Amino acid sequence: MSAILDALLLGAGYNAALVALGAGLLGVAAGASGSFLFLRKRALISDAVAHATLPGVGLAFIVMVALGGDGRNLLGLLLGSALSAGAGLLLIEWIARRTRLPEDAAIGAVLGTFFGLGIVLLTVIQSLSAGRQAGLEGFLLGSTAGMLRADALVIAVGGTLAVALTWLMRRPMTLVAFDADYAAALGYDIRRIDLAMMALVMAVTVIGLKVVGLILIVAMLIIPAVTARFWTDRSGRLIWIAGGLGGVSGYLGAALSSAAPNMPTGPIIVLVAAGMFTLSLFLAPVRGVAAALLRRRRFQARVHRRQGLLALAHGEPIREPYTLRLLTRQGLIRPDGVATEAGRAQAARVLRDEHRWAKAREVHQDAGLSGRYDGLTPIEEVFTPDEIAEFDRRLGPPVIVGGAA
Amino acid sequence: MHRPDLAIAAHDGQALPTDTCPADSPLAVRGLTVSYGEKPAVFSVDATFPARAMSAIIGPNGAGKSTFLKAALGVVPRLSGEVRVFGTPIEKARDRIAYVPQRASVDWDFPATVLDVVQMGLYRRVGLLGRMSGRMRALALDCLGRVGMADFAHRQIGQLSGGQQQRVFLARALAQDADLYLLDEPFAGVDAATERAIIDVLKGLRDAGKSVVAVHHDLSTVRGYFDHAFLINVRRMAEGPVETAFTAETLHATYGGRLATTQIDEVMLSGGAA
Ligand SMILES: Nc1ncnc2c1ncn2[C@@H]1O[C@H](COP(=O)(O)OP(=O)(O)OP(=O)(O)O)[C@@H](O)[C@H]1O
Ligand SMILES: [Mg+2]
Repeated sequence: MSAILDALLLGAGYNAALVALGAGLLGVAAGASGSFLFLRKRALISDAVAHATLPGVGLAFIVMVALGGDGRNLLGLLLGSALSAGAGLLLIEWIARRTRLPEDAAIGAVLGTFFGLGIVLLTVIQSLSAGRQAGLEGFLLGSTAGMLRADALVIAVGGTLAVALTWLMRRPMTLVAFDADYAAALGYDIRRIDLAMMALVMAVTVIGLKVVGLILIVAMLIIPAVTARFWTDRSGRLIWIAGGLGGVSGYLGAALSSAAPNMPTGPIIVLVAAGMFTLSLFLAPVRGVAAALLRRRRFQARVHRRQGLLALAHGEPIREPYTLRLLTRQGLIRPDGVATEAGRAQAARVLRDEHRWAKAREVHQDAGLSGRYDGLTPIEEVFTPDEIAEFDRRLGPPVIVGGAA
Repeated sequence: MHRPDLAIAAHDGQALPTDTCPADSPLAVRGLTVSYGEKPAVFSVDATFPARAMSAIIGPNGAGKSTFLKAALGVVPRLSGEVRVFGTPIEKARDRIAYVPQRASVDWDFPATVLDVVQMGLYRRVGLLGRMSGRMRALALDCLGRVGMADFAHRQIGQLSGGQQQRVFLARALAQDADLYLLDEPFAGVDAATERAIIDVLKGLRDAGKSVVAVHHDLSTVRGYFDHAFLINVRRMAEGPVETAFTAETLHATYGGRLATTQIDEVMLSGGAA
């Protein structure tokens, strides 16, 4: 326990702190740039890009060793992965454009082929360098063991650039995701913007290879955005909330995993992100499951109350058991179904409201205001007192409820 | 680019008004052909829309009306033909055109408020680096007010009725402060109050010297709303002032068997009364 606490507070040593900060920064970049992927509904393509990095990693290793260098040089490996990811991306684009195949089929085909090729290369490398660990498996699920200062620097610089590019492109990308035809009519080049988005995703994927690994990087791009969607209805905020969530999960995940040696980093980071997603799913104020349930119940109660009171006002019997229970509990009717004093008063009010609304819809032709009639909203919330007085004047004297007239 | 040999070959049988696009027209096309795959959706069409007028694009479903607009805007690539906006290529006139797409083309669950959507009409003016200033915000709110939607500024766009969504789209186009407004079925699926609100705004634009071109489906209101009619069914079927171009014969030619003669008679009668 104290080891975990140490790790969270950056007390677990210089290297662990470096890793946690790097992972946090990566999380910010992934969350922010992944938001556009989510909004453009192209999450899957990032998975293909990630898997397409693997042959590049293997080939770069082989080339570097053949040239007499160290096969594990991170910059070289990342360059190789970027090249093969780019090739995969272009291939998907080309297949989708030149054939009548839908994009998801192209994604599936390219993802599988590249990943298969990558695994074969990795196996070959392993058998060649018998005994000596090439350490390339770390790129599958992420491993921060033996991460160097230079590696963290690569992540820091790359992540900052990715966040800056996201900020710069936020308006065109929002426009293209919401309404591509309109964006094109404004003169934005959709293909170029989509390519920029994919380049961004590719950059994040490549710099995230070492920490999160290629199998799970798609989760770092998408989960923060989906989680953020629970908390806001505005795309501008969604990007930064997703960035924040991604940063927190990257930092926490890396810190936790450094406290548990031999644990791959990627899965822990993703589990932290998934934990925040689950919390949001249940607890978010408007879109969360709990809030929706609560809202539904309140709405149901309001409908039943309104219907019951209208029935009272019209002197009709109430048959619905739930309505009877509800009105009894609120002291509006006696257990035998007869309206109490309070019940009659409320019924008269509801009937009055109903009449006022009817008059409002008749007088106020504009749908903007009278369109808010939903049978539940009290008229006082929509019209001003003087307007309501005008409706009343047109309605004449109040109707007496309870059949006394 | 415009290939004269192609255009001439394509035009046999159709009378050509002029060979080139007149510079005083807000939107003119010559020999426009667009195809998805190998079947042309719009084939060798000429059109010249008048300035300071309301023009209707009329034709049955699948006639290529939306495609025509999108090709004029450069949203879909054209196979051949020439498009001129105020006498210049479209790229030079982007800031003078506002477009209202068909409502179905949008993701309505998108995280954006009504005000966010209207502000999209200001993106080009604000640029990549610019800030959405208070003045821009006020301008967007003002455009919402013009379509009667000021009270809805902070709603998520998915929580509006179809008619209200259409008004928001119109407000976004107004925010662009353009000279030519291209609208794709602005009256589709809206109630009478919204239809009146929209037509009032459009007529206001025309009276302020702007040009309006709208795809329109309701044949009974063409005469009441529009000055100029353009009938299309893959090819151009008729074009001109509503009185001369929108007749029983041209409707027959455009809709073929899809409109019974009695329906056309009805339209002609109700149109005459409007
Ligand atoms: N993106 C597309 N890909 C392939 N075919 C298309 C595409 N868009 C339109 N089409 C085809 O082109 C033809 C013209 O379509 P368009 O949408 O322009 O018609 P429209 O006149 O606007 O019809 P509507 O009244 O239904 O809106 C149709 O046959 C349609 O199926
Ligand atoms: Mg259409």
